[in-house]
Amino acid sequence: MEWLQQLINGISLGSIYALIALGYTMVYGIIKLINFAHGDVFMIGAFIGFLAIARWDLGFFPALLLAMVVCAILGVLIERIAYKRLRNATRIAALITAIGVSLLIEYTTIFFRGAQPEAYPDVISNKTFNFLGAQISMQSIMILSVSIVLMLILQFIVHKTKIGKAMRAVSYDVEAARLMGINVDNTISVTFAIGSALAGAAGVIFGVYYTKIDPLMGIIPGVKAFVAAVLGGIGIIPGAVAGGMVLGVVETVVSALGFSLWRDAAAFVILILILIFRPAGIFGKNTREKV
Amino acid sequence: MKKSKVFWIYVAVALVVYGIVEFLISNGNLDMYYSNLFITIAINVILAVSLHLVIGITGQFSIGHAGFLAVGAYISAIFTTNLGWPFPVALLIGAFVAAIAGLIVGIPTLRLKGDYLAIATLGFAEIIRIVFLNIDYVGGAAGMQVDYLTTWSYAFFAVLITIIVISNFTNSRHGRACIAVREDEIAADAMGINTTFYKVLAFAIGSFFAGLAGGLFSHNFFIIQPSQFGFLKSFDILIYVVLGGLGSLSGSIIAAILLTIISLYLQDFPETRMIIYSLVLIIVMLYRPSGLMGTKEVTDLFKFGKKSRGGNVNE
Repeated sequence: MEWLQQLINGISLGSIYALIALGYTMVYGIIKLINFAHGDVFMIGAFIGFLAIARWDLGFFPALLLAMVVCAILGVLIERIAYKRLRNATRIAALITAIGVSLLIEYTTIFFRGAQPEAYPDVISNKTFNFLGAQISMQSIMILSVSIVLMLILQFIVHKTKIGKAMRAVSYDVEAARLMGINVDNTISVTFAIGSALAGAAGVIFGVYYTKIDPLMGIIPGVKAFVAAVLGGIGIIPGAVAGGMVLGVVETVVSALGFSLWRDAAAFVILILILIFRPAGIFGKNTREKV
Repeated sequence: MKKSKVFWIYVAVALVVYGIVEFLISNGNLDMYYSNLFITIAINVILAVSLHLVIGITGQFSIGHAGFLAVGAYISAIFTTNLGWPFPVALLIGAFVAAIAGLIVGIPTLRLKGDYLAIATLGFAEIIRIVFLNIDYVGGAAGMQVDYLTTWSYAFFAVLITIIVISNFTNSRHGRACIAVREDEIAADAMGINTTFYKVLAFAIGSFFAGLAGGLFSHNFFIIQPSQFGFLKSFDILIYVVLGGLGSLSGSIIAAILLTIISLYLQDFPETRMIIYSLVLIIVMLYRPSGLMGTKEVTDLFKFGKKSRGGNVNE
């Protein structure tokens, strides 16, 4: 049952990628910007969770909520301060600004607390269950259930609420949405808040699962989550979840086959293959380019 | 004044600067610290100019330039340190292999645009780094011992050749085709320009010079490690080009020189340096997205260099 075990590990890792990828895909869907700073919001979430659990003795769920709230505020601040002025700028200018914001968050964190890693305290018991011969830890179950609940809430917000309808309208056509009386700026801010809150939750979950966090931890998961978003078809919410899961499982399988040093390369190989052969992603539709 | 005459004036000025620095170094007026600074500036100028060709002239947003730097660094180091070949030959081999790597990366990825291209180049640079990390022959993560061979003369002539080749390329028919691709790829295509060919060509030339810089880079340290060629190195190079002005050769050179000197003084405060870098990057993009020089050149300021880039011959 080695394979079942790996599959479960892969899905646990994949659900973290999926949570981060949701933020990428929502932001990209609405303002066509790769928010490079998203991985660093994830890092901040992990640190808020750490402070809440280790210093202020909060439980897992209060820490998770606190991290989500702080990250939502951070996401809105980033959008209001840096990205809002760039709505009509070139794509390259927006991308460079996003890289700048990302570096700023990373190095400001290092400036204030140093680059040394921090060990996450145990908040969820390490008890394992035997399921068809595979060892499933309590943590995996917790991670998976929290991720699924958050994704269901997101699905509810996007499809059943007024703000979700506004988000879909803005991502479909900004100008038309504005003419229909939708407050586009607020809708974009809400999108950033929701995406960043999900990244914050992913940060806490990552900390609990991998136990080690540091100020530069957001770079690689951030880029990989972007790969996951592209894999599923950027701008499509179920696509981000599917992409994250696929990526998590592939990485775990690559590690299990004994190529753990090549694990990071696997994500980029997938990215390049998908960009070349199916740039719209698994769930995307090909669109013709117009002059 | 004729173009060729202007060209020779610049070459003469450059040679005089070279002579003075070389004299000061060999005379002992400039110690290791300063000669090292000059070599580092030279390497960064080559990197800035080579990326300028890709981003500034051809408009292809590549953020994986450190990957080609790594190829040049490792290949030339293998040829000098492990095989005992002469340094200039090894430099050229490193540059050629980097150009081939540029072709291999460029042909599939340059079909992509904008954001996707950026992420794909970032991904390729990471793959290159991970490949070196996993090859035991070059020391893996621990790094590789390299002979100290880079001198001011090598560095200077490498810079001179880079600038001459890239500025002449820019002002040639091919360079104008690249600028057309930057301005509007579909329109360029409609005008009969083979856009894929020119994008790949610019990318390969950029990679060639990045590889050349890599050879100088590795032989300027006693050890090279894959971790030196990560995301941050690519961003460093990107900052030179963006700050100097997307499309300005002299702008990227000036930015490379200034930022190298600034980062030398902030060497002991790496976090502060990165905070300043990132703030500068954000502020420049918010208030002056075309960079400090825009697409203007320093030479536009002088009367005798009335040529504007892109081939509007007014003289």
